[in-house]
Amino acid sequence: MTEALETEAEANTRRRAQVRKSLSRRNRAEKRFKMLGLGSVLAAMAFVAVLFGNILTNGLPAFWQFNIDAEVYFDPEIINVPEVPVQQAGQSDADFRAEMLGWQRRLAMVNWNRILVSSVEGALAEAETADGAGTVTEIDTRSAQSIIDSGARFVLRDMVLADPTIIGERREMQLLLSADGDNWAKGKLSRDLPDDRQQLSRAARDAIDLLTEEGIVHRAFAWHIFTNVDSRSSPASAGLAGAFVGSFYMMLVVILLAVPIGVSSAIYLEEFAPKNPFTDLIEVNINNLAAVPSIVFGLLGAAVFINIFHLPLSAPLVGGLVLTLMTLPTIIIATRSALRAVPPSLRQAALGIGASKTQMVFHHVLPVTYPGILTASILGVAQALGETAPLLLIGMNAFVANVPATPMDQSAALPVQIYLWQGNENRNFFEERTFAAIIVLLALMILLNALAIWLRGRLERKA
Amino acid sequence: MFVKTTSRLAIIAAAGVMVAAPAFAQSRTNIQIAGSSTVLPFASIVAEEFGQMFPEFETPVVASGGSSGGLRQFCAGVGPETIDIANASRPIRGSEIEACAAAGVSDIREIRIGYDGIVFASAAEGPEFVLEPQFVYQAIAANLPEGTEQPTLWSDIDPSLPEQPIMMAIPASNHGTREVFEEKVVFPGCEAVMGEDVDHEVCGELRQDNVIEIAGDYTETLARLSSDANTVGVFGLSFYEQNTDTLRVATMSGVTPSLETVASGEYPVSRPLFFYVKGEHIGVIPGIEEYVQFFLSDAMAGAGGRLEEAGMIPAPAEETAEVLENFTNGVTVSQ
Repeated sequence: MTEALETEAEANTRRRAQVRKSLSRRNRAEKRFKMLGLGSVLAAMAFVAVLFGNILTNGLPAFWQFNIDAEVYFDPEIINVPEVPVQQAGQSDADFRAEMLGWQRRLAMVNWNRILVSSVEGALAEAETADGAGTVTEIDTRSAQSIIDSGARFVLRDMVLADPTIIGERREMQLLLSADGDNWAKGKLSRDLPDDRQQLSRAARDAIDLLTEEGIVHRAFAWHIFTNVDSRSSPASAGLAGAFVGSFYMMLVVILLAVPIGVSSAIYLEEFAPKNPFTDLIEVNINNLAAVPSIVFGLLGAAVFINIFHLPLSAPLVGGLVLTLMTLPTIIIATRSALRAVPPSLRQAALGIGASKTQMVFHHVLPVTYPGILTASILGVAQALGETAPLLLIGMNAFVANVPATPMDQSAALPVQIYLWQGNENRNFFEERTFAAIIVLLALMILLNALAIWLRGRLERKA
Repeated sequence: MFVKTTSRLAIIAAAGVMVAAPAFAQSRTNIQIAGSSTVLPFASIVAEEFGQMFPEFETPVVASGGSSGGLRQFCAGVGPETIDIANASRPIRGSEIEACAAAGVSDIREIRIGYDGIVFASAAEGPEFVLEPQFVYQAIAANLPEGTEQPTLWSDIDPSLPEQPIMMAIPASNHGTREVFEEKVVFPGCEAVMGEDVDHEVCGELRQDNVIEIAGDYTETLARLSSDANTVGVFGLSFYEQNTDTLRVATMSGVTPSLETVASGEYPVSRPLFFYVKGEHIGVIPGIEEYVQFFLSDAMAGAGGRLEEAGMIPAPAEETAEVLENFTNGVTVSQ
């Protein structure tokens, strides 16, 4: 009897020891898994931090560019144009327009560079007085011209065009430094390089150094990155406005087409379509389409929209259509899974009180799924916004120096603009610009994702 | 409600697409240009200035795609959905003229805009290269005379060259630059090594192990140079001029490439740059004639003009005048 009790007690101890042993093993396993998970999250965050750090440190300086404060004299001897034509009584509109165009042409042909050069000379003289050196450094015309961005010519021209009475006046203006000048002022080129490997002449570099010292050349926020279009002729004033509007139009097309078509096909397939081999085939194909590389959609777009429908090359409309095709499967799949997640009791209750199937779907089921559909749509659009490959195939990698007025006009797009700037031959200047464009694109994406989260939160609270 | 409005919007959008499509087919108001990535920077500058100078015309759109790609688009046919001007860094080929004619494009006018040098450059901190066409050929050719071993170091070819592994980044065959590279460097080098009567097919075969063909832009070549400092890259002179701080240029046959030596013809590896105008589109697409005249004007392609600043070598004034006269008289290219 006692023997048996003893063995039972022994067995209990043994079992407890066993359990304790396995427990500590299981605890260890859990701890290991937690550590592993935490480690991978930390590693991922570290990568993201490195990536963002790299982009920000490379790109942020591009948002501050060097400018020169100079007095511009609209010399009537150089701007030698007649009075602005005024429509005479009896003059036809066409004649007046032709006369006006002629006047504008003459204004465009004015040697604006001479005005800019004398402004630089004036600024230099001012800097020398302030410096107290008193020696007037001679600067040749070519060097003086190379300091200021060549786009300044058109800035001056547009000022006269807007207000011809400005001719003969002096204006204090802030003009952009040229790309080479900006590189030098930012210290991107080593000062030890010999003259023949520098982009600017010695006179131009000395002038910039002196002007910077006196604060006449200084950094200012580069608003023109957001307001100007891309430029190759005056790279310092190149901006993202055209690409931004192009991307905006494309996203508009995607939202207007992909969301309604995607959501309605999902509703039909999920709620109304009969279950048969044909609908199974459709389902399999939609899932496959979601996995098709985007460049294939680009080829399709080039073949169908451009070659068959003769839509224009590099138009945001075509880009939007191609991106719509790419986004559709994502939206359909997400909407279907949102519909599937609605509990059957809701449907049965609606049908039970006599609602028709359409009423049941549109009045009761669909409203519950809004947060899911919305999130899927916005994420789909954000993905489409960053897509580059299909756009290259429909000619959106062209150099377009205009802001598109309609989705039918030729245009650039943000991701393609990054690609184009990355390939620009003035590496010293455009490397930074490329990263700046990446920052703008990322900011837009983060904004879209934040919007998705906010909308989902709002709608979920309502539902 | 949500569904109702969106479906209405979808119908409107779809209708918009259908209405817009035929409306476009009738007209286009801006010039459409595509082609050589060497000519692209120059054409873009002119296009931009053209848009600023001529308020009545829209700014032309300039696309890339390489000389061959541009001419393929150019020869796709006549009509607003095809391009008006093809940029090329080599003359149009007979086969391309035939393809054009087959598609109804027979009025092809050639505009020679100036010259570009092709330079060999290596990383700035690396050693100096004093090249000859035969050195380049020996370095990368698949076919060398019997009994000659394929070199692994530049110094194996000639003791004057640095003791550095051979690695070259050359333009792929979609670039017009490749053709010039072969004609002006590989073939002369081949003839010097293999004898005068060598078959050019034999010369054109390059080694696979030390030659990287770059299909993209010169920035891609530059990226190769920064990842492997031993690489010698082939660049356009204009690209090199903008990146003198990171690149060291090699001399060819004893001449340092520069605007002056290419213009005078001393530097051997240079080529003319072109664009081709579709005569059928003149008068249909507004501004083509003005664009050509503006491109060839002194302020742009002339000596001291904007394009010289950007690195193009201007053609002599008489040559430009002749090109412009031929264009005005409607002289077309012939095989």
